[in-house]
Amino acid sequence: MANIMIRKSDKGYVFYMPKRDIEDSIVSMEFDSPEKWGGEIKLGNGGIYYIEPQVAPERLPYSVRAKRIDGVE
Amino acid sequence: MGLLNREEAEALIQEVLEVYPEKAKKDRAKHLMVNDKTITQSKKCITSNRKSVPGVMTQRGCAYAGARGVVWGPFKDIIAISHGPIGCGQYSRGGRRNYFAGISGVDSFCDVMFSSDFQEKDVVFGGDKKLAKLIDEVEGLFPLSKALSVQSECPIGLIGDDIEAVSKKKAAEIGKTVVPVRCEGFRGVSQSLGHHISNDAIRDWILPARDGKLDEGTPYDVAILGDYNIGGDAWASRILLEEMGLNVVAQWSGDGTIVEIENTPKVKLNLLHCYRSMNYIARHMEEKYNIPWMEYNFFGPSKIAESLREIASHFDDTIKEGAERVIAKYQPMMDAIIAKYKPRLEGKKVMLYVGGLRPRHTIGAYEDLGMEVVGAGYEFAHNDDYDRTIKEMKDATLIYDDATGYELEEFVRQVKPDLVGSGIKEKYAFHKMGVPFRQMHSWDYSGPYHGYDGFAVFARDMDMTVNNPCWSMFKAPWQQEEVEAEQKVA
Ligand code: SF4
Repeated sequence: MANIMIRKSDKGYVFYMPKRDIEDSIVSMEFDSPEKWGGEIKLGNGGIYYIEPQVAPERLPYSVRAKRIDGVE
Repeated sequence: MGLLNREEAEALIQEVLEVYPEKAKKDRAKHLMVNDKTITQSKKCITSNRKSVPGVMTQRGCAYAGARGVVWGPFKDIIAISHGPIGCGQYSRGGRRNYFAGISGVDSFCDVMFSSDFQEKDVVFGGDKKLAKLIDEVEGLFPLSKALSVQSECPIGLIGDDIEAVSKKKAAEIGKTVVPVRCEGFRGVSQSLGHHISNDAIRDWILPARDGKLDEGTPYDVAILGDYNIGGDAWASRILLEEMGLNVVAQWSGDGTIVEIENTPKVKLNLLHCYRSMNYIARHMEEKYNIPWMEYNFFGPSKIAESLREIASHFDDTIKEGAERVIAKYQPMMDAIIAKYKPRLEGKKVMLYVGGLRPRHTIGAYEDLGMEVVGAGYEFAHNDDYDRTIKEMKDATLIYDDATGYELEEFVRQVKPDLVGSGIKEKYAFHKMGVPFRQMHSWDYSGPYHGYDGFAVFARDMDMTVNNPCWSMFKAPWQQEEVEAEQKVA
């Protein structure tokens, strides 16, 4: 589990992990509606992380705990 | 196209790697690459922010250096205490020439060194008492300081002193902010982690101080982040922003103050110059205070104009007009400078090896002068820096991460650039090789280089270095004759 921050850029969601200083685009997010948001997220570099599905944050950037499932760090 | 074609550049890297033992070679190979603009993710071809291989003479500093020297040092009214043995204080004597307006030792403390001078007995019995005493002494001698920060050096972390507790206690006693910074040199792989730790310390200990108590501010409030005012850089940047109608609330950290930090949460836009050392706090402010941030580049007229327009695009029409007005005002001056220096510098090749932002940020300024950057590298960059660099560099140029003294020398020997830009550690080695050299950390005691005024100085300095007559006198007279004789025979 690690803290990550999700931001919005003009090209979509951006993933950022402060501890390792990794920034990458999010190519897909399992749930992306106001009521259910999160789940499995895939990164541009092939990494896959998991965010507990939850109500979408009111405002981005938003810090949240995520679990690494697969891929490079 | 750079000086070499792709195959030649790859061959050069292979040749340089040849001398290493197998394991080191494998590791170093990952840190060197030939630029390929089609790559969107640097991570696939260059590894960065990894531990240096022992024995290869890295040029990096430590986390303490990044915290004390880079982030905390330039705040003028915060006394930065180097807590630990005296030697580390090498990084804290203002060698970076962070200019400030104020009276040194009275209300400004950038070039004064404060150290707790750890001795054996402090390591054995702990140094907390000494730190408390030091803070009392500092308070007595320099009452006009506005805050203190404690930068811990290696031994503090090793013996487990509790600088947080001392800082809290003393802060209450003297009524000033005291920030403990856990930046022991053994943390992380380079000075980069020191920047991160310092950003976090500011976030936790200073930034929230006026939460809920700040006034609205004007719609044009901005802050300059990551400009350390080396040779007056931040001043040369600030005047441009003010001329276009913006209100610069804070300078982080060159010529900055603690009040400016505390006031930053009211700005409408954070302007980030050195991305590497201050993106952390910009990201935090974006989340907590909803302040957007953007990177800008104030090196060379092309990039300045581009940046001014981009900054203005975040504001209303008055600012947009302001930006155009500023660009129009300075453009003739810039044209004159380019007309003067470009003929003297056109086509010259530059190799850079610097820190946080310069290997990519200065490319535009060199190109404005008709020069070409054929190699660039960083001491302590991360992948996101290389992502940005690949776009700026031409194809088939060299990119090197955490280069060793040997690699740099070898690259320069083979590529034969007309100018090398790097730091003091590299300077004399290249002078002895007869290669024109500029320090790109401290501007070689010149500056500013940011902004329009800075470009004038930059262009002059580059000309002065590259076209210095001394480079043609490199051979002793008797050797000169030999050379000429040989040429005659041939
Ligand atoms: S690594 Fe440790 S001992 Fe060395 S300069 Fe840095 S803080 Fe001091």
